[in-house]
Amino acid sequence: MFQRMMSGTLGPVLVVVTALMVIWYGFAVFLNTPWQNDKNTRAEVVMAPMEFVGATLSQKRPLLPGPHQIAAELFKTTVQTPPTSKKSLIFHGWITLSSTVLGFAFGTLLGIVLAVAIVHNQTSNRSLMPWIIASQTVPIIAIAPMVIVVLNAVGISGIVPKALISTYLSFFPIVVGMVKGLRAPEAIQLDLVHTYSASPWQTFWKLRWPMAMPYLFTSMKVGIAAALVGAVVAELPTGSAGGYGARLLAGSYYGQTIQIWSALIAAATLAALLVLAVGLTERLVNASMGARP
Amino acid sequence: MSAQSPSARNETSQSETRWPRQPFTPLQLAIGLAVALFSLGTLAAGLTVGTPNYPIALFGALALATVARFWWPVSFWLDFALFLYGTGILFSALGAGGEIGSSFWLALATLWLLAWLFAERLSQAIAGGSASARFGFIVPTLFGISILLVWELITRGAGIPTILLPPPSMIFDRIMNSWPILLADFRQTILKAVLVGYVLGSGAGFLVAIAIDRSPFLKRGLLPLGNFVAALPIIGIAPIMVMWFGFDWQSKAAVVIVMTFFPMLVSTIAGLNASGHIERDLMRTYAAGYFSTLLRLRLPAAAPMIFNALKINTTLALIGAIVAEFFGTPTVGMGFRISTEVGRMNVDMVWAEIAMAAVVGSAFYGLVTLIERAVTFWHPTVRDGRA
Repeated sequence: MFQRMMSGTLGPVLVVVTALMVIWYGFAVFLNTPWQNDKNTRAEVVMAPMEFVGATLSQKRPLLPGPHQIAAELFKTTVQTPPTSKKSLIFHGWITLSSTVLGFAFGTLLGIVLAVAIVHNQTSNRSLMPWIIASQTVPIIAIAPMVIVVLNAVGISGIVPKALISTYLSFFPIVVGMVKGLRAPEAIQLDLVHTYSASPWQTFWKLRWPMAMPYLFTSMKVGIAAALVGAVVAELPTGSAGGYGARLLAGSYYGQTIQIWSALIAAATLAALLVLAVGLTERLVNASMGARP
Repeated sequence: MSAQSPSARNETSQSETRWPRQPFTPLQLAIGLAVALFSLGTLAAGLTVGTPNYPIALFGALALATVARFWWPVSFWLDFALFLYGTGILFSALGAGGEIGSSFWLALATLWLLAWLFAERLSQAIAGGSASARFGFIVPTLFGISILLVWELITRGAGIPTILLPPPSMIFDRIMNSWPILLADFRQTILKAVLVGYVLGSGAGFLVAIAIDRSPFLKRGLLPLGNFVAALPIIGIAPIMVMWFGFDWQSKAAVVIVMTFFPMLVSTIAGLNASGHIERDLMRTYAAGYFSTLLRLRLPAAAPMIFNALKINTTLALIGAIVAEFFGTPTVGMGFRISTEVGRMNVDMVWAEIAMAAVVGSAFYGLVTLIERAVTFWHPTVRDGRA
């Protein structure tokens, strides 16, 4: 039983995660020691070693909180706080999620349209592809806050500007993946549908599109993670409007490390859930298209 | 135009009603008709609406004359020449300071359509072999230039407030005038934070990958985690790093290290597994040891994936360094400049920083690509690229 577990993936992952936790606690004690020493000398308290370690792991604003402190904060802000409260991470998660999904939907649509144009039109292939690649070397995410502020200045506010940043980040993997996917049919397969005297339209829907599906879903997994990053960064300047990015910025202003870490973990969980959702959709679509598992 | 081949001229002299050598695609037909329509509009508006604008009307008339393409072969270089001519006309109309009316916008639309038609016909000619592939670079370049042109002409023609979107010429002026500031920001953000972080992060990812590659247990444990972490919004650790390492470039470099580490780790591990069993067996028959196999077979085989990660990391490093500066920084740096100048509504300065980031990012990416081509010259994608 133990042998089987260790030869799979689950066992090693659990061991590595446990090791990381131990290292984390070690660092937390080490990093929080100076402050605790300061506090103790000022209060003229002498602590036993175990008591001291416990104190470093229960500070209010530690340099590095222990995992249990983050877990407690997460529990407090998701389960014990009503989702309508501004202190609830579910409330902020909903804001981030909605702009992520909207931007990702735009990005996927844009990516597919561009890919179809590139595959079917020589000029688009020549003129668009170099600029699409160049567009991603512009650190748009670094100027995302500026885009938001400028759009706000002209009265465009709310979810759309944030979604635009997500769109910009997520369309690129989709274009690259879909161009590869739509070109996946080999000459022999194209020849076959040609002998069936298929129109270009039929060739697209019955050959190219189905063959591009695996590529599309692989890119969508990359794209939705990128869209989330875009939404979080876009929320940095819109402090009052909420979202995980706003939580990060507020936490960094007031030195609330536990709040920063819990927002970070919540965003990571959201990313994992979104990728999982895309994976499930992929299975459903594959099954409905008659793919064998 | 001179580029028209002699054979084409012969064909037309033989039979005047002959259809052009390259038949129109439906798309070209549509664009050609649109050119005719818009140039007619330009001509009419230039003569009748408001004070007559004869240069623009002349451009409209010339563009309208290209309707002849439906009866005689008109070289696509003529479309290109008209595009250049029309650009000059529109800029002089802006410079003259007269009213910007409907004729200006119709001419701009005609101009854009002409550029599109030219690109369509040129790439058709290249694909058909009747134009040299050396002209291939024109199509993407023209696309970039025409976007800048349309941006400049629309922002100036419509009088869009510069706070919203400054014209490219204004951004260029700002770059020229604020050279020392830009240089200082470049030194702080790129030379310190990005380069140090990129080298350390990618290097650490590479070395850790080689180290854990010897243990299948660690590989199975770390690979799923690495893949998971690579999809996370790591940029969020920026405030924590600023808290730990202070306001100067060290904290930014730390963010870059963490961001670049995981893509490199995952790609290197995957790349080291890229060599096949047959090749490894061959190395065994040569009695090659672990390090010899690593150096002569597995690392070269992993090179394409390693370079893939290096290319992804160029963008990530730039993003990490700039975003980290939003959370606290000394009074220099690209991220600092962007966030403060937005507050002062000096949008041209912000765009100057963006332009610099874009140029630096593209150059960084291009440099890694060049090194990749030199190192993995044997790989099919590189050989295809050279052919």
